Amino acid sequence: MAELVAILATTHHPFFYTTSKLPPAEAPPFAAEWVRKVEAYRETLTRARPDVLVMVGSDHFHQLWLDNMPQFLVGKAPFYDANYYNEEREFGLPKLLLTGHEELSAHILRAGLDAGFDFAFSNELRVDHSITCPIFTVRPQNDLPVVPIYTNIFAPPLPRPERFVKLGQTLREIIDGWPSDLRVAVIGTGHLSLELGGPRQFGEHGPDPEFDARAVEWIGNGDLDGVLANVTLDSLHSPGNATHGFMDFMLMMGVAGYHKADYADHLDLFHTMEAYFTWYPNGTRGFEDEAGIR
Amino acid sequence: MSKYLLDKFLFTIDRDPDLVERYRDDPAGTVAWWEAEQANQILNCIAGEATTWLAFTEEERDALSVQDHVALFQLGAHPFLTLTLWIAMFERDHPEPLGMQRDYAVRLSHFNLPYPDITT
Repeated sequence: MAELVAILATTHHPFFYTTSKLPPAEAPPFAAEWVRKVEAYRETLTRARPDVLVMVGSDHFHQLWLDNMPQFLVGKAPFYDANYYNEEREFGLPKLLLTGHEELSAHILRAGLDAGFDFAFSNELRVDHSITCPIFTVRPQNDLPVVPIYTNIFAPPLPRPERFVKLGQTLREIIDGWPSDLRVAVIGTGHLSLELGGPRQFGEHGPDPEFDARAVEWIGNGDLDGVLANVTLDSLHSPGNATHGFMDFMLMMGVAGYHKADYADHLDLFHTMEAYFTWYPNGTRGFEDEAGIR
Repeated sequence: MSKYLLDKFLFTIDRDPDLVERYRDDPAGTVAWWEAEQANQILNCIAGEATTWLAFTEEERDALSVQDHVALFQLGAHPFLTLTLWIAMFERDHPEPLGMQRDYAVRLSHFNLPYPDITT
């Protein structure tokens, strides 16, 4: 069976790419620490030597629209073009081409449908910065095939937080049951407290630092019971009007299960807090030895 | 209420660089043209298979025609769509970094939770 070698749950910050490329004299004061933390986080994926990436994100009204809006969608295509005109315009993100892994896509679709998740699917999907930001941060060489999975955290009515956790738990079972000898990593990106287009946007910190502090504890401790007891669809309006992206973190907690993260870090930035978590479901023994054998 | 159509306007303008400039330069004219020619086009269907019933309310048409982002927020337009388009149109008018975004927020500062419902 396939081996799930790493689970990464992180924020996706579209300004990282351009900020990281600024010459030191032009970079903002927080840039050096941000780059250092991202590079350290990247190593948590590199050392696990994955062969294929399952990537959980959310379309930001790019290809998916209100005339036909899926709640959960799995990409099944040999390639995925990436990034849109308005992301190049606003964030300076370049166009990318990602390679797909249709066999794993097909397995996730079949097993997901059989397990009670009526996934939508797409054979021609242009992915956006929710998928490409983690490529830029943790796999900038963009050399691995991916399976993109989109969740709706954006256009209500939304699935409830419990459903995101359940989807994560189901994805874990589906990947563990994939008849393959490949090494799989799951990378999911979401948000902590966040406000976009409202009165609390672009402050000195995220709109709700208290929520952020609790959130990184829930995630880092694998505290599924704590997060489910405290987070509801309604409660997520309070920390900021775009905080429903936190449900993608909850999905990733479902993938990881009741386990403390093996790596946890965060960075308080203007507008929002960055967070970086990695779990190694089967431990790290052998990562370096196997790398040496190769 | 036709929040869906407000969102459809913001979405279809934002994704087209020519329409972003056209809306910036001629707000009322662009809204009138769009409602007459574009509002009922299903984005994944051919022109002959258009919708027959979509129209703005007067309040919605006015908010778009004078580019009043506070009124759009009150009407329940999706705040991500409004913000993204406003950045495209107006960030260039604010020399300081994030100046436009912070001014945008200040103008919304009289809103308290719960914010207007954005469900379509």
